[in-house]
Amino acid sequence: MAARKTTAKKPNVSGDELKQYYRDMLLIRRFEEKAGQLYGMGLIGGFCHLYIGQEAVVVGLEATAKENDKRITTYRDHGHMLACGMDPKGVMAELTGRQDGYSKGKGGSMHMFSKEKHFYGGHGIVGANVPLGAGLAFADKYRGNDNVTYTYFGDGAANQGQVYETFNMAALWQLPVVFVIENNQYAMGTSQERSTSTQDIYKRGEAFGIPGEMVDGMNVLSVKEAGEKAVAHCRAGKGPYILEIKTYRYRGHSMSDPAKYRTREEVQKMREERDPIEQARDMLLTGKHASEEDLKAIDKEIKEIVNASAEFAKDSPEPALDELWTDIYAKEVPQGEAV
Amino acid sequence: MATEILMPALSPTMEEGTLAKWLVKEGDEVASGDILAEIETDKATMEFEAVDEGVVGKILVAEGTEGVKVNTPIAVLLEEGEDASAAEAASKPAETQEDEDGTKAATESASKPEAKAPAKAKSEKAKSEPDAGAIPEPDWPEGTELKSQTVRECLRDAMAEEMRRSEGVFLMGEEVAEYQGAYKISQGLLDEFGAKRVIDTPITEHGFAGIAVGAAFGGLNPIVEFMTFNFAMQAIDQIINSAAKTLYMSGGQMGCPIVFRGPNGAAARVGAQHSQDYAAWYAQIPGLKVAMPYSASDAKGLLKSAIRDPNPVIFLENEILYGKSFDVPVLDDYTVPFGKARIWREGGDVTIVSFGIGMTYALEAAGRLAEDGIEAEVIDLRTLRPLDYDTVIASVKKTNRCVTVEEGWPVSSIGNHLSATLMERAFDYLDAPVINCMGKDVPMPYAANLEKHALVTTDEVVEAVRQVTYR
Repeated sequence: MAARKTTAKKPNVSGDELKQYYRDMLLIRRFEEKAGQLYGMGLIGGFCHLYIGQEAVVVGLEATAKENDKRITTYRDHGHMLACGMDPKGVMAELTGRQDGYSKGKGGSMHMFSKEKHFYGGHGIVGANVPLGAGLAFADKYRGNDNVTYTYFGDGAANQGQVYETFNMAALWQLPVVFVIENNQYAMGTSQERSTSTQDIYKRGEAFGIPGEMVDGMNVLSVKEAGEKAVAHCRAGKGPYILEIKTYRYRGHSMSDPAKYRTREEVQKMREERDPIEQARDMLLTGKHASEEDLKAIDKEIKEIVNASAEFAKDSPEPALDELWTDIYAKEVPQGEAV
Repeated sequence: MATEILMPALSPTMEEGTLAKWLVKEGDEVASGDILAEIETDKATMEFEAVDEGVVGKILVAEGTEGVKVNTPIAVLLEEGEDASAAEAASKPAETQEDEDGTKAATESASKPEAKAPAKAKSEKAKSEPDAGAIPEPDWPEGTELKSQTVRECLRDAMAEEMRRSEGVFLMGEEVAEYQGAYKISQGLLDEFGAKRVIDTPITEHGFAGIAVGAAFGGLNPIVEFMTFNFAMQAIDQIINSAAKTLYMSGGQMGCPIVFRGPNGAAARVGAQHSQDYAAWYAQIPGLKVAMPYSASDAKGLLKSAIRDPNPVIFLENEILYGKSFDVPVLDDYTVPFGKARIWREGGDVTIVSFGIGMTYALEAAGRLAEDGIEAEVIDLRTLRPLDYDTVIASVKKTNRCVTVEEGWPVSSIGNHLSATLMERAFDYLDAPVINCMGKDVPMPYAANLEKHALVTTDEVVEAVRQVTYR
């Protein structure tokens, strides 16, 4: 049960798989850049937290998921939605607050959901999604299937009390939940050193008997390897597992954050030396899994998808005014289908 | 000198109990700390220990006696060397208890006369309940068989029936399973449904409320018991931000079929942190439904509806009402719809609107006012969200006067909201300002006399009605 650090050995993935991860990460990167652009144009409002730099985390873990596994995350959620197969058009249209967004324009950047893709949000309260994720896992265990819930949260949320209440119950009840701590090293503007008494968050499950691991979150293959182990543990009925995935966000906490709490050099160094997409690109090229032309084709495809999503999000109408009064209460009674 | 052993109060709300079993007999020597008897309260069977040493001189209340009032002498303890005559002498005062026939069922407790024993802290609460069968329009067909049941039994039956009906319904909370419920509401459920569906949680409201909401997102139908709603403040973010808002934020995709239930409001002598009425808090939240039943039949019918509801429901119970009995229809599947008030008493002079334990004062006041020829129409809202405005307004259009009664604090109360609604929708019908009878605007004090004043009282309701009727 001891928590430990791992240095990932490169797992065997096919060239096609690696290409897929590259593509998925690139989609997130370009989508987020576009979202930033639209925010600057005033088409997206409110809080908008970009995932740029952290792409390998969610792409690596999605590579370990099977149908009916669930995922839930915080407000930095665009990447998770794209990675689990939600339509970029619907996500972007939600960002612009339009009728064709995933929440009909009523959720916004931080509150999006897709039951079809088993994406349970998109939650705006730091730490609150952690018990919710354990609850989703509770429902699967109750039904007796082997589904797993990926519960993502940040290094900031890792200091919330309810996280530890959840660790306790998840371990006590052996819930099939992977707690994914996306440690991007800053809780908004407060660095981990300044907010956290002990730096190894993956060890925080030890008190509850939950195994934990620190993972290089800038390398998609390392993430996938660690994820496979964690998921296998959960699926086998052994209870929860903690992955502390060291990552980095290049942009500010939200669009309005000037990020004065760290140096430009620090960000630049990370981009140049550790960028997850560049690493995947190098692996593809040096391993001869793809040619420059192949990658260009992917870039082009992604650009088209993202541009199309932006156009869609601009063209989609604002929600009708009577949407103000819908979806406050559910009418159909979902009884009987429950178990 | 011989000392009397008195029936002890073993819980904050206990007024009487059953002397289940004597573990000593006359002539036994006992030492301090020895267990004398087993006493069944409304919540649990407790062991009762000797405080002094001595010899059991006389047992005054036989085992098996139900409805023994707190402070009734139940035995006489002799000092060493004293003889039985001392016991006779000491037991004399107990004769004043002769109206206790010792066999009355607990279910009749509500209509029992006041005990003559001293130190009755909650004398207001023990007045007679109105006969549910006599209400103008009961929620069941004419001729339905009725039986007397406590609110406690009805809540348990409601959960058990719904758990039998749907495999996805489960109960979680502190002490709900092996302990059989801190207030005995879940008694027997673990035996019937097992540990998978009746789940003891650690004392971590924030965490387990969140887990339950997640389970509801995952398609199950959790019932979360808060030992009291005071502790739900630890979890209120999950209740409001996660449970109430997600359907809306997801554009209708993700509902949260969950019930949060437990005792709400003042119990007795438990002080400020354990005595708060949250009715107005939760009633303010779009996305939540809020029920606050008064009678046992409503407790049952509304809880069944709540469990079936695809939305998050706050179900506010009351510890003092748990042990009260009412007529309950004997029906296989008795449900009460949300948003439909019940008129308990018809009258043309004034409308008294209340809900939950406030109904105790409302009905008591109406009874007293009737003696003076003032006929009050008494409306039990039963649910606060949705709220049955139409019934209230129709009544006020008839009576032209309204008094609201609730235990919560005055600012932004349900009564305030009703007053505003009546002003908007029935202004021309009002012959007097609406008066809100409320709990006082103070944290709940501990001292018995202060506590009594902090709560709304029947006298205040009577006085308010006199004011609005100018009589």
